[in-house]
Amino acid sequence: MARTISFSDATLEAMQEEMRRDPTVFLMGEDIAKQGGIFGQFKGLPQEFGFDRVRDTPISEAALVGAGVGAALTGCRPVVDMHFADFITCAMDEVVNQAAKLRYMFGEQCAVPMTLRAPDGITKSAGSQHSQSLEAWFVHTPGLEVVIPADAEDAKGLLKAAIRSDNPTLYFEHKVLFPQKGAVPDDDDFVVPIGRAKTMREGGDVAIVTYGITVGRALDAAAQLEAEGIEATVINLRTLWPLDYDALANVAARTHRVVVVHEAVKIGGIGGEIAAFLGEHCFDDLDAPVVRLGAAHVPVPFAPILQEAMYPKAPMIADAARKLVRREL
Amino acid sequence: MRGAFQEPGLARCSVADTRDAGGCWLAKLLGSPDATRRERGLALLRTMIRIRVLEEGLEKHFLGGDIPGFAHLSIGQEAVAAGACAQLRRDDSIASTHRGHGHTLAKGTAMRPMVAELFARSTGVCRGKGGSMHIADFSMGMLGANGVVAGGFGLVAGAALSAVQRKTDQVALCFFGDGATNRGPFHENLNLCAVWNLPAIFVLENNRYASTTSTAETMKIADVALRAAGYGIPSRIVDGFDAFEVADAVGEAVQRARSGGGPTFVECKTYRARGHFIGDPERYREKSEVHGVMSVSDPIARMQLSLGEALEPAEFEQLWQAAREEFADAVAFAKSSPAPDASDAFFGAFSGDREEGNPVRRIEARERDAMLPFAPNVGPGSQGSGH
Repeated sequence: MARTISFSDATLEAMQEEMRRDPTVFLMGEDIAKQGGIFGQFKGLPQEFGFDRVRDTPISEAALVGAGVGAALTGCRPVVDMHFADFITCAMDEVVNQAAKLRYMFGEQCAVPMTLRAPDGITKSAGSQHSQSLEAWFVHTPGLEVVIPADAEDAKGLLKAAIRSDNPTLYFEHKVLFPQKGAVPDDDDFVVPIGRAKTMREGGDVAIVTYGITVGRALDAAAQLEAEGIEATVINLRTLWPLDYDALANVAARTHRVVVVHEAVKIGGIGGEIAAFLGEHCFDDLDAPVVRLGAAHVPVPFAPILQEAMYPKAPMIADAARKLVRREL
Repeated sequence: MRGAFQEPGLARCSVADTRDAGGCWLAKLLGSPDATRRERGLALLRTMIRIRVLEEGLEKHFLGGDIPGFAHLSIGQEAVAAGACAQLRRDDSIASTHRGHGHTLAKGTAMRPMVAELFARSTGVCRGKGGSMHIADFSMGMLGANGVVAGGFGLVAGAALSAVQRKTDQVALCFFGDGATNRGPFHENLNLCAVWNLPAIFVLENNRYASTTSTAETMKIADVALRAAGYGIPSRIVDGFDAFEVADAVGEAVQRARSGGGPTFVECKTYRARGHFIGDPERYREKSEVHGVMSVSDPIARMQLSLGEALEPAEFEQLWQAAREEFADAVAFAKSSPAPDASDAFFGAFSGDREEGNPVRRIEARERDAMLPFAPNVGPGSQGSGH
């Protein structure tokens, strides 16, 4: 059985279920307890679990993440809300030098089962400091898991998996997705396994590899391509680290043409890692070079017309796939 | 019997003990209403002497090439580590600094796994992956030295928060230097601990230098404890060369934290008798300054003086002798321990990454297989490329 709920409610259910299941799970962040989170993703939780387990905090990102690491080292499973993913920059030492390093550096004496929820992405002229997609930085940092849900099912299953994970996990959730509805399995124990991609649709002509908000854009592109007689596979990576390299190799072997796309800046983005992997390990399977699409190498601008010009959406994805299939590249 | 003093009602610690050689029994002793001033003083003195012997020995071995990396000594500051850790239980947490040998030893880690770690051996407490600057011992509640100045504040705030969430009466204590109080995480975490009334103790070792720059050049106040007032945290300033004074102030702070009274700030005025790191040419101060301070303030000499006739010269000498034997044993242990297997470099960053079928393990194993043939002392087909 499945129900249709919003992405936001899917994350709410994930936290409810994990907090009922494990008394060491607690939440902290700015504006989450009394206000319910800026996207309503925490509403009602303090009423069930109390204000000790759902904590409003000062605007102190370094302390929140640092305290999250300390609590995780000593028997708790904290979920820390970053308000906006952009503000992780205020806690980079805590994420990169502490959370990511401690288990390895201390010879596996400890674990850091902490989840960072980080609403990211471009929407509504939020501007340069509230719109970024920063996932590639953390994939580049050994010791962190990075998961990025694309729909309500992912939202619930990946958040539950992140909370249960013994590793520090960054959970990037696109702000545009919060109100979007989708089917979610009716099972308290439903989790999306970290490290495995999902095939959203199958098609033998070209593969579009993506994650997060861009999965929906890729599906729109695939529908348009289908009308033109081009069959596209869409891969939803779900997890960026550990990256599902097997799924990448398999899709290259099946479609021989791959477009990698994300809303994050193209240069230095995860698309480069994917393209490089396919070039190194799947060269003989490919009929054409891997194509990368991503945001332009500029900050996200304010004016709607500027904002909408600088990142890839369905028509651009369809165009790239079409050219790849028709060998126009 | 090792050492000439009694530890009433407690198992003796000996060189053979690899764990629990430091703070735990000491805490029981200091907490005991029956402990005499002499017994408390001897216990503190023993810890300080063990730290001094350890660090003077490490300095020698570092300069002799046995210890790679960076190492920072706390000689002159032993009274702070000894006095503060004496008030903690084994299940209380501490976070340390890059200058953390004293804290580690005082919290209870034995010399063997410590020295082996600094010698980069597989038997080190962190399997040779941490070294001096990143030594930790979770079995003793020692959440790690930290290579980042002010890195410990968040860990202590979190450990204190964790105690509240788990409804235990544990406390968490943060050691830090004056330099760390100029960083943002100091301010954010003190405020957080204050506003949430967390069981945290902030023990400042004001050793007058932030790396190579004198504290007078980096802040406009002489007493850093003033900063605690800005967060509504009660503070005390103590003579950081006097282990009794440190222990009394921290004891009060621990008591307050354990009974729900929230955080306390203890500023210990002390002095870093060595350079910032081993090998520091110390161009920023005169040797005469160091000699001037240490000739009147050496915490070990101060305790000796403080105990007066209650301390027999033979018993004082025996403490040194026991510490030297313990250190020699630890060095022998480290030297006879194997280096880590080069293949160990590729695992341990993620929980579960040593298990077959783990998705990270497959990726890490691929990197290992590609790189291991070129690793030092490991050739193709050697044991190191097993699995």
